[in-house]
Amino acid sequence: MFDTFTEPLSYAFMQRALLEIIIVGTVCGLVGCFVVLRGLAFIGDALAHTVFPGVVLSYIAGKSIIIGAFAFGALTAVGIGILSRSRRVSNDSAVGVLFAAFFAVGVVLISRQTGFKRDLGSLLFGNVLGVTRGDVIATLIIGAIVVALLMLLLKEFTLVAFDATMARALGYPVFLLDLALLLLVAATIVVSLQTVGNILILALIVTPPATARLMTDRLGRMMLISAGIAVASGVVGLYASYYGDIAAGGTIVLAATAFFLVSLVAAPNHGVVAGIIQRRRGRHHVHHFHPAAEEVEAHHH
Amino acid sequence: MTTPVAPLSSPRTLALEGVRVGYGSTFQLSDITFTVQPGEIVGLIGPNGGGKSTLLKAIAGVLGIRSGRIRLGADDIRRQAGKVAFVPQREEVNWDFPVTALDVVLMGRYRSSGWFRRPGRADRNRAAEALERLGLAGIGHRHISEFSGGQQQRIFLARAMVQDPAIVLLDEPFTGVDAQNRIVFHEAIRDFARSGITVLMATHDLDEVTATCTQLCCLNHRLVAFGPTAEVFTPEILRATFEGRVAVFA
Repeated sequence: MFDTFTEPLSYAFMQRALLEIIIVGTVCGLVGCFVVLRGLAFIGDALAHTVFPGVVLSYIAGKSIIIGAFAFGALTAVGIGILSRSRRVSNDSAVGVLFAAFFAVGVVLISRQTGFKRDLGSLLFGNVLGVTRGDVIATLIIGAIVVALLMLLLKEFTLVAFDATMARALGYPVFLLDLALLLLVAATIVVSLQTVGNILILALIVTPPATARLMTDRLGRMMLISAGIAVASGVVGLYASYYGDIAAGGTIVLAATAFFLVSLVAAPNHGVVAGIIQRRRGRHHVHHFHPAAEEVEAHHH
Repeated sequence: MTTPVAPLSSPRTLALEGVRVGYGSTFQLSDITFTVQPGEIVGLIGPNGGGKSTLLKAIAGVLGIRSGRIRLGADDIRRQAGKVAFVPQREEVNWDFPVTALDVVLMGRYRSSGWFRRPGRADRNRAAEALERLGLAGIGHRHISEFSGGQQQRIFLARAMVQDPAIVLLDEPFTGVDAQNRIVFHEAIRDFARSGITVLMATHDLDEVTATCTQLCCLNHRLVAFGPTAEVFTPEILRATFEGRVAVFA
């Protein structure tokens, strides 16, 4: 049993992969909480796709993909921020337009290159077993910066997410804080690209926090549980990939999905089973209060 | 500005001069001018879409104004962020966010904690104390969505309380609040006024207005009337404000 765990670690590539997935899991699990709580899943998906041309350009230039990917991620974040402020285009459409346009640029760039096809798979689906020592160090540094900034601005992000009107009344720069959050999501996506690839990255950012939200009503606990689940999914997926000879991106995401399904059924307060028990006991939770039901218009007859 | 300025008697006097709010060529509010002394309870009434919420948000600095000035004391109110506490309409709050009642009240202390720093023990004690004063002792650890509508409004009042504001703005505060909660609510609003805090509340509940407010501000895209409740709450003024859409006792 113990050997099952230690044996793969005799390979340097597995050690690097394990380290990488632990860092990536932690960052995704923490930043992802705000993606889920702010309802930014679609924007996250867009960011994951818009970094694609940056990655391709980095490949062509022979530079680290991190630089190119982050440049395009930042561009998207700013673009979404500015477009969503305008009243002419709805937020969803603005994101959709950018999302498709940037990905198309990546496709055009790639089709101009010969001999690129082989690497395309690892770009789209990730290649955690292929990470270098340098990759792990870069991931660690960027990941640490992202988590540090998230923690520094946690109070402000919480206020904007819960009650943006109050945040504005208190004089907080809500637009800049939203932009900062999008940039953190972009950076998270960039460091996770090599692990699960840009098609599946969203799962690592959305699934663990969504799982954690089912299990607790406290932000601090949600963040801890989310990071734990993301790391656990990464480790389980990595070993499944090693023993089953399956692409790690797929096994990692499926492991996260399994955690989600278990939590959906068995979570203490928000789970399906807990819901049935509460209804049987006739316990009434005042969730989602509907003001319309009790609202009385002012009638002076 | 060429608008005559009312004499200021206190650094907490709220003065609006020729305030105009709107987008493009349409204005939701035009030429709003009035002065409120500290400790008054002002009711904002008028038809839906008449600009009640808009005016509150302009005072809070949430919406920009196109022209005119809003001052608190001698200075522009936007340069005094934190002096205005805002209790928003229910729809503007993310009830699914994982925060407890105590977390929400603590938000009132954010501004004084400053950037990058968490509220400390003293802040927590004040928050717990405010909850206790509003009759919510010992249940601060529950998630915000587990409370009734009236309790939630009291939690937001507690949040305004710990902010040490000069002005408290309430946007439709009686939505979903039952009679028992209203009593606690009125008491809290009068406490604010007694300690020299100015209260402005937008509401469509005319009973509440006559019961609590010392002054009335009648809005219908412009200022129809402003003054002591007894003088302003007349059939003529109400008819003018609501354009005959409210039947009034003669």
